[in-house]
Amino acid sequence: MDAITENLDAFWSGFLTSLGICLWAMVGSLFLGTVLAGCRVSPVPPLRAFGTWWVTTFRNTPLTVVLFFFAFGLPAIGINASFYFFGVSGLVVYTSAFVCEAIRSGINSVSAGQAEAARSIGLTFGQSLTLVVLPQALRTVVPPLGSVIIAMFKNSAVVGAFGVGGDLFSTGATLTSAQGYANLPVITGVAIGYLAITLPAGAILQVIERRVAISR
Amino acid sequence: MARVLAMTRATPVNSDGNGDRPPLVEMTGVNKWFGDLHVLADINLTITRGEVVVVIGPSGSGKSTLCRCINRLEPIQKGRIAIDGKVLPEEGKDLARLRSEVGMVFQSFNLFAHKTILDNVTLGPIKVHKESKDQARSRATALLERVGIAEQADKFPAQLSGGQQQRVAIARSLAMDPKVMLFDEPTSALDPEMINEVLDVMTQLAKDGITMVVVTHEMGFARRAANRVVFMDGGHIVEEATPEEFFTNPTSDRAKSFLSKILTH
Repeated sequence: MDAITENLDAFWSGFLTSLGICLWAMVGSLFLGTVLAGCRVSPVPPLRAFGTWWVTTFRNTPLTVVLFFFAFGLPAIGINASFYFFGVSGLVVYTSAFVCEAIRSGINSVSAGQAEAARSIGLTFGQSLTLVVLPQALRTVVPPLGSVIIAMFKNSAVVGAFGVGGDLFSTGATLTSAQGYANLPVITGVAIGYLAITLPAGAILQVIERRVAISR
Repeated sequence: MARVLAMTRATPVNSDGNGDRPPLVEMTGVNKWFGDLHVLADINLTITRGEVVVVIGPSGSGKSTLCRCINRLEPIQKGRIAIDGKVLPEEGKDLARLRSEVGMVFQSFNLFAHKTILDNVTLGPIKVHKESKDQARSRATALLERVGIAEQADKFPAQLSGGQQQRVAIARSLAMDPKVMLFDEPTSALDPEMINEVLDVMTQLAKDGITMVVVTHEMGFARRAANRVVFMDGGHIVEEATPEEFFTNPTSDRAKSFLSKILTH
């Protein structure tokens, strides 16, 4: 247990870095995933094709490979940014494919008549989607979307392993390999750190689920 | 081209008695297929301003599809549909603008389930016509009074009966000041005792001079409110006549057998 108590500062800063990655990636992937879902149900064939291509590509590629492309591929073609930015972007791009599909399933759960009624009063496709369909889709989307987001929180460990540095996972790696602490207690500390992110997230999701269920 | 011209020339015959008024909805040589099924076959139909046209026919005759094509909820494969002189545009902002001028009432009401009755009626005016919230609300309240449900304004659709929901749907369409109102079997999903409350509202709209296309099985309404009855079967317009002519002296065999089945009881 000394491994944890002696390094509380390191764990705490690792926790904050991981939390930061998670929150940025959550905002980014929810936004991008929603836009992609809009593309996939849009009446414009090129947009539909783009959405389908995106989902097929990034849902079927291992996260590690996606991160490789971001961390080493983008600099190779002259795009330079911090590893933090590359890491979060890779996570966003990868997760957005799953977010898109969760939201699309929610859109499909809203009866077609709702969108027809929206369009027949003159709302544009974008307005029908944001004012009528998505608010109703939200209800069915919260549980699957929650799973996607929690999976993404855990995937943030891969980003840490990729050299962002200073997050929970890499803090654990530094403590064990560079400073010679025993593996088991350090990894336990790392696990506790991730649970401190995912368990409250699960609780918040339940609250949201109850809220949106009532407001019909 | 020659074919289109021939059809254009043929259309005034359909708008009997209204030749002096400009056409509001013009369907010329309209064809539509669902796969191999020819749901609309060479439809020529002209509806003039202020006219009430009732479309009747057996199930699967294409009457609902005809109605849904007028605001392009269903695209057509061949032919031309124009509203107030403007040909229906492709998908996009222009189509949205045109749809805002064409009211539509559905069989299954399709009220926005997550919005209150008042918000259902004000959504279009606020988002499409950019009306102020206050103005949209006061107009919506007036419309809800007109259809007899002003006291339900703050409820959600699921809390209303079917007849009430359909009257809200009518108010929602009227809020856009449409040039023409389409009714796609508006009473088919209603209990018998609720049918009349909806038909009464529709009869009143007809009296007020609103241009209406009504797909329905309500022959009483057709007799009472229609200027013209269009009888469809197998994707064709088989017969067009005034209600009086159509119900007392149908010319086609198909219409005769259809009427004999539904008017005997």
